[in-house]
Amino acid sequence: MGHAESAALFVRDDARVHWHDQAVWWVRQKRDAGARSVPDWEALRERAEAIKAHTLSRLGDYLEEFERNATARGATVHWARDGEQHNRIVHRILADRGVKLVVKSKSMLTEECGLNPYLEARGIEIADTDLGERIVQLNHQPPSHIVMPAIHLKREEIGGLFHRTIGTPEGLTDPGALTEAARQHLRTKFLGARAGMTGVNFAVAETGGVVVVTNEGNADMGTSLPPLHIACMGIEKLIPRARDLGVFLRLLARSAVGQPISVYTSHFHGPRPGGELHLVLVDNGRSELLGQGAFRRALSCIRCGACLNTCPVFRRSGGYSYTWLIPGPIGSVLAPARDPVTHGSLPFASSLCGSCTDVCPVRIDLPHQLLRWRRELVARGQLPPGKRLAMRLASLVFRFPRLYALAGRLARWAMRATPGLARALSAGWTRQRELPVPPPESFRDLYRRTLGRP
Amino acid sequence: MTTVALFVPCYVDQLYPGVGMAALRVLERHGCRVVFPEDQTCCGQPMANAGCADEARPLADRFLRIFAGYEYVVAPSGSCVSMVRNHYQDLVPDHPGLERVKGSTFELCEFLHDVLRVERVDAAFPRRVGLHRSCHGQRELRLASGSERVVEPFDKVKRLLATLRGITLVEPERADECCGFGGTFAVAEEAVSCLMGRDRVAAHERAGAEVIAGVDASCLMHLDGLLRRAGKPIGVRHVAELLAGEEG
Amino acid sequence: MAAREEILAAVRRAAPPVREHPGVGGLGVRFPDPAGTFAETVAAVGGTCLRVADLAAADRALRELPVYREARRIASLVPGVGAGTVDPAAVSDPHDLEGLDVSVLPGALGVAENGAVWLEAGAFPHRALYVIPEHLVLVLGAADVVSDMHQAYDRIAVGPGFGVFVSGPSKTADIEQALVIGAHGARSCTVLLTEA
Repeated sequence: MGHAESAALFVRDDARVHWHDQAVWWVRQKRDAGARSVPDWEALRERAEAIKAHTLSRLGDYLEEFERNATARGATVHWARDGEQHNRIVHRILADRGVKLVVKSKSMLTEECGLNPYLEARGIEIADTDLGERIVQLNHQPPSHIVMPAIHLKREEIGGLFHRTIGTPEGLTDPGALTEAARQHLRTKFLGARAGMTGVNFAVAETGGVVVVTNEGNADMGTSLPPLHIACMGIEKLIPRARDLGVFLRLLARSAVGQPISVYTSHFHGPRPGGELHLVLVDNGRSELLGQGAFRRALSCIRCGACLNTCPVFRRSGGYSYTWLIPGPIGSVLAPARDPVTHGSLPFASSLCGSCTDVCPVRIDLPHQLLRWRRELVARGQLPPGKRLAMRLASLVFRFPRLYALAGRLARWAMRATPGLARALSAGWTRQRELPVPPPESFRDLYRRTLGRP
Repeated sequence: MTTVALFVPCYVDQLYPGVGMAALRVLERHGCRVVFPEDQTCCGQPMANAGCADEARPLADRFLRIFAGYEYVVAPSGSCVSMVRNHYQDLVPDHPGLERVKGSTFELCEFLHDVLRVERVDAAFPRRVGLHRSCHGQRELRLASGSERVVEPFDKVKRLLATLRGITLVEPERADECCGFGGTFAVAEEAVSCLMGRDRVAAHERAGAEVIAGVDASCLMHLDGLLRRAGKPIGVRHVAELLAGEEG
Repeated sequence: MAAREEILAAVRRAAPPVREHPGVGGLGVRFPDPAGTFAETVAAVGGTCLRVADLAAADRALRELPVYREARRIASLVPGVGAGTVDPAAVSDPHDLEGLDVSVLPGALGVAENGAVWLEAGAFPHRALYVIPEHLVLVLGAADVVSDMHQAYDRIAVGPGFGVFVSGPSKTADIEQALVIGAHGARSCTVLLTEA
């Protein structure tokens, strides 16, 4: 099912869609307050955009510099061309050390690679430790939002889930109590795990370090107890220098949830004494996207989720209406690059309102890319033939003013003379809306008649 | 006297001719000589919006040719003007007339505000009006600062409307959220489109608007369609009609 | 390693024209009273900031805190502040720190715009000390508070050891966006800000 069909289902539950819309809008409002507290906010965004553009233009050099410095600090750097190779690498590291339980903090990259099912099929338990991620994991669902994975679930549903899976009392729905229960439950996982996995928010070429941010402290618990830390990252996560972190960290948490900074901003350089740090650098289509001039700026994304929160369509359709694991505006420009057929509905799942690009901390030209994707998909023949024909016809008519005027007059006449037929032919409009009242004269008719000018 | 070529979007020409006439009157009242190049038809936005660049290109070529010689080209439409100023460069980047026409094409309110520097509009509109901030005008033409960016606030349309005699401007929540028209989106994603429109209407209702006004007749057509289907008494008018003092 | 060479080659082939690094100058905020703003921001992010004269005063303030008074297992890495009942240096396995009620840790730098404290936790006997206890107490000099993150990165050493910014107590809003203080890390964060 494409986005439109899925969204139509989501919209049917009027109370629920408004609940979801309001919940996510509130996060947009928090973002606004956070942004407004920073007088140089717009200058920061420009700078972040430029740093990312610079980095992508020299990505090869920065990757090598990062690898050199990380290795010098005692980390082991691995390279994976795709998700399958990433999974094999991670599995080998774990299996070689007899790891049976891994704790993982939020990583959309590992979702992208399908790591969890890969490890589970090979007898390794992998516990997601971000509360939202754990909730959807227990619920056998993917995350519905890249920052707030369980935003689509109500407290009653989470309470019921926890009752069934981790033994909380039936009817317990208070978020504080449920969070406490999750803390105790995941504590046993943190203490029992022989490996901790994290994503990477920023990889610093200059120092060979990786920065991971959380509010919950789950990345910190997961990496300060087990001796083995595996950090997985897309190759676009590079930034050149430690000082660049000042720019991105002032933008990230404010853009995501309106906080001035995440509770924990952890800078990993090399393993703990007696421990191991493995860094897995993943391509999986990123180098190819880098080569596509119209779409490469999407690689600047720092996964803040602001574009999702501001998108009036995302708020009213939810993450599961999108055909890829990353929904919303950024998902809609990244997904078609991977598979334009499966994800062909996404660039059209937008009214092109432009709000997304104005909240993007790195100023990705999302509406422009959505439009370009539409052109791409049409060029690939993915527009339904009837629509293409209609556009060709309209274009033809519009090239001849007298033909256009005639067509307009006929259409207006038909709307007046056979309103039932007009309504039936435009059912996509008239199911929920009245058609405009067709005027007897067009503007050019009126102009000629009343102003008497040729 | 300033000569202005009036650019009347295709759907305004065919469905909302009163908006075109109001725009003409407003420009004349502010000292312009208005001409209407009759060869014009459509700027090509519906095709470009749907990804049909091949179908849009000839229309862009036509437009640039027809409006080439004018010092000012003014349209009562944010989206059509944005098409010319922001999107023609993707369609017809090498057209020799592109830069000139880009620099000459204005939406009606921004023309009054930025070029004619109108301080006060001498007309009456004694109604409670909610201003709908159409997205192309808002975020592509920057008719206002918008809710997302951290910049010195401004709103060219509101500023002009506020000078109308008797007008009460009311502010809905989520003042610049999209109405859901979006071109082909209105039909291709009917469910979300109509939900967005109904939510906008509800916000204006809660703010006490008697009339919803905007700079894009496409948005207004969508909101009006929803309002009339629901039998609600709120009126929908184009800003040009307000500026012309036409209560209707 | 084929993947490495493949990826580097692909990235270089695809690279857009070089754009210069814009630098990070000319950005940021300068508060007239960074320490005062820091104290307010710590409170705004759910922590507590107590301003005290010196380490001795910090110790006295610590002993008045309910979380300290109720604590049975205490670890302190700040000489003179808090009476530790657990010596982290004598603990060989960080797992054994589970159940720690309070950690008292030295902060190297504070950031006024976000209430964050930089901990050079790589130098601690165990990194876990900043995240595993029920309650976190950080001791920081007011003179070590800067206005913003740009100033912070001018001063701190990023690498070779582990470092972390901690801003307030751990939290989550993953259930219906309801803010809950105390997720997996400390349930409270108190900063003792010493003038001297």
